[in-house]
Amino acid sequence: MTRTPSAEPKESNRSPTRTGMRLIVPLQGIVQGRGGLILGSLIPCTLFYFLQFYLKRHRSPPQNPPSRSTSAANLSELPRSSSRANLLSRGSTGRAHVSARASSIAKPNASPYYIGLDRVREDPYDEMSNPDGVIQLGLSENRLSLDLIEEWLSRNCTDSILGVGGDALGLNGIATYQPMDGLMEFKVAMADFMTEAMGKTVSFDPSRVVVTSGATPALEILSFCLADHGNAFLVPAPYYPGFDRDIRWRAGVELIPVHCRSCDNFTLSITALEQAFNQARKRGQKVRGILISNPANPVGNMLNKDMLYDLLDFARERNIHIISDEIFAGSTYGNEEFVSMAEIADSEDADKDRVHIIYGLSKDFSIPGFRVGVIYSFNESVLAASRKLTRFSSVSTATQKLLVSMLSDKRFIQEYLKTNKQRIRSMYDLFVAGLRELGVECTKSSGGLYCWVDLSRLISPYNEKGELDLWDKLLNRAKINVTPGSACHCIEPGWFRFCFTTLNEKEIPVVMERMCKVVESCKPSV
Amino acid sequence: MLSRKATCKSHGEDSSYFLGWQEYEKNPHDPVRNPSGIIQLGLAENQLSFDLLESWIAKNQEPIGFMKKGGSIFRELALFQDYRGLPAFKKELSEYMAAIRQDKVRFDPNNIVLTAGSTSANEALMFCLAEAGEAFLVPTPYYPGFDRDLKWRTGVEIVPIQSSSVNNFRIIPSALEEAYQHAQKLHLKVKGLFITNPSNPLGTTLSSHELDHLINFAIDKNIHIVSDEIYSGTVFDSPRFISIMEALKKKNLENTTIWSRVHIVSSLSKDFGLPGFRIGMIYSNSETLIAAATKMSSFGLVSSQSQFLLSRILGDKKFTRKYIMENRKRLKSRRKMLVSGLQKYGIRCLENNAGLFCWIDMRCLLSSYTFEAEMELWRRIIFKYGLNISPGSSFHCPEPGWFRICFSNMSEETLDLAVRRIKALVDSSAPNAC
Repeated sequence: MTRTPSAEPKESNRSPTRTGMRLIVPLQGIVQGRGGLILGSLIPCTLFYFLQFYLKRHRSPPQNPPSRSTSAANLSELPRSSSRANLLSRGSTGRAHVSARASSIAKPNASPYYIGLDRVREDPYDEMSNPDGVIQLGLSENRLSLDLIEEWLSRNCTDSILGVGGDALGLNGIATYQPMDGLMEFKVAMADFMTEAMGKTVSFDPSRVVVTSGATPALEILSFCLADHGNAFLVPAPYYPGFDRDIRWRAGVELIPVHCRSCDNFTLSITALEQAFNQARKRGQKVRGILISNPANPVGNMLNKDMLYDLLDFARERNIHIISDEIFAGSTYGNEEFVSMAEIADSEDADKDRVHIIYGLSKDFSIPGFRVGVIYSFNESVLAASRKLTRFSSVSTATQKLLVSMLSDKRFIQEYLKTNKQRIRSMYDLFVAGLRELGVECTKSSGGLYCWVDLSRLISPYNEKGELDLWDKLLNRAKINVTPGSACHCIEPGWFRFCFTTLNEKEIPVVMERMCKVVESCKPSV
Repeated sequence: MLSRKATCKSHGEDSSYFLGWQEYEKNPHDPVRNPSGIIQLGLAENQLSFDLLESWIAKNQEPIGFMKKGGSIFRELALFQDYRGLPAFKKELSEYMAAIRQDKVRFDPNNIVLTAGSTSANEALMFCLAEAGEAFLVPTPYYPGFDRDLKWRTGVEIVPIQSSSVNNFRIIPSALEEAYQHAQKLHLKVKGLFITNPSNPLGTTLSSHELDHLINFAIDKNIHIVSDEIYSGTVFDSPRFISIMEALKKKNLENTTIWSRVHIVSSLSKDFGLPGFRIGMIYSNSETLIAAATKMSSFGLVSSQSQFLLSRILGDKKFTRKYIMENRKRLKSRRKMLVSGLQKYGIRCLENNAGLFCWIDMRCLLSSYTFEAEMELWRRIIFKYGLNISPGSSFHCPEPGWFRICFSNMSEETLDLAVRRIKALVDSSAPNAC
């Protein structure tokens, strides 16, 4: 329908809905004379109502008023299908359906991070039995040094180490209440291991150690302690996709990405932090803390001492917390020394209360299956609350006892950490060299089990869709599972995380060969 | 500086239930080193059959050393973090669960979600079934830990279902309706019933009538039922245990909507006396719930080492059968020892056929029929007579004067000593009071 707004409005614009009139007025021009005003208002109103009707019919079915937890959960799923539709579970009626949170979580994972992991599970590469399977480069797992632990086990498989019968499994006839936050001897062993793994520059205190069943619950527990539902943490992006789940799902804390860029080598800048903080304040969002991962995941760079001091200053000025996820602290391969936030906290007595560290044995000690995580805090109240919360995420006594034996063998641990670092280093060198031969570069990194690869020249168009197209090609044509930057909330498209510690040396050429095919086919024609 | 959740008192640990433990920790009884210390009668743990487990372990060193036919599986276990759980373990667990229920119910391993202990399972279920501010109806008296586990982080409310000693605290339809109406008055949307069967602290199993009432109520109000069955392996006497799943089957409700609104929680902590392993589970016929709870279990996964070891123990069906039978025998005789001891001094115990404890009637010792008098009596029992028993008020018992005493977490000698101390307590009270 076309309109020719010719005549001046006959009536003055003094009807109740002034804004409405501004829209309607041009249309009044059609209908002159008597009834012009009425028709001039009626037609657009009618059109407006029909539009609403049309939209309503084509919108998703009505939902229960979405709670904050719903939107939080949805965000974590990076909805590619952008459907917030039908939060009611299938086949349920009325009030008996599961919670909105459960409905949302129950849906299949839409994020490429999880889709890729599922694909590997369905069709895993094996040199002998499944040479055409999908090679896993999307899980930051370290398989390089498990043999060292296996060797230790076989050497020490005597009663004295594994304990006589029941003691090994934590069975005893004494009616003592097993502390949910970890056996004292285990906390001592963990504190010592952390000290060793982080280069002995800090001495960790066992009384500040709270043990959890993995780093995942450690982060969730801290989120519950430090922020209320609807508050936010600032987190440098790109970041580990799991944070969306760990922090948003149940604790309901929002994550505000602080974007880092390739021109800065993806290093965090205080200016960017400040901007993000101020913008949050303008939006009315209460920031309760900064969540850093150091060494960073997925980029693999480390924060230096100056930056850590700056972060503490930043936190102090705004009265917020710092959570430092240092789970890769012992897996460094560069020339820089790792600096723990604990070292800064130790020297800045006044602000210790803001500093909380997350650690675990899944990466540095290669035993994710045993579920060992640590909350290390300088804040007594946080420790007290965390200890109570570990009952929801507690560690098996038998596992603790076994690990006490292992971790107390200081010589073994030192050897392990040293050898492990060397092996990560050589894999990194080989892997990066292999990529370079294909004309592919990575960010300079010094820690973690992965590298941050620049495939931006190979994507077309230069946006998230182009990146996901390439991811899809890599997964389904080259059959390698890597994590696209968008799953990590990277603001620049075309970056991918490749984990190389799930491979052995022989497999690197296989990976490169498969990559080559895709790289060649994607190279921009000059 | 901390969140509201961290600073509020919803952790429930100010309850007398937990305070009693704290007093015990300060002055624990030891037959040699501290004979006059406080005896722990407040910890519902099964320590009667460790010797059986220890001898199994001595004969089966392989799984301890991560060995099985074909070599070491350390590597596989070390890297195993699939939240769907070790298939071999879930299979054994499903068969064990069925065996405990006399095979009247079959369990599909795919409908099991593993969690780090039943504490984690209970909380996860709340997150999955209710929004913050919604409520579950819970029969009183109930385990004090629920105030923390079901409410703290989830924001879910508990509305108690009243009971009375007149009918041995059984669940009756009018009480269910009253609780529901009470919730309505408080503007709380009721999402379900949360029952513990066998009951803690009563130690009784629900009768088929009670189960019927509960099921009919849940159908009528269109709500869920969560059945915490962690004590199902401790049923040492008749009547036999009837699981909620069996009750549903008997009523032919298998393909109706209520079928996917009933969820079971269990663990190996009580049956097997293995709380340290942190092995809990959720069982449900609701696909959506299983999908959500499985992912949520990331916050409390069971160590692969525990899963492997337990798959071996449970896989040894002969041993498991023997263990269950022997364990029941020992529990029954322990209970008898406690009850007959108390009866001699005029203290009555509720008739119970399960659990690791007795629900005892100490009303005769109250200075007045009030909860203040109950607390007064409790303090006397702890500080003067050195016994940590748990007062009924901490279990939200509607009537004062009831206490829970555990009997399976100490030696016979210690239990005997405890009974003698109770005698001293009764003797010091008004003559012929009990």
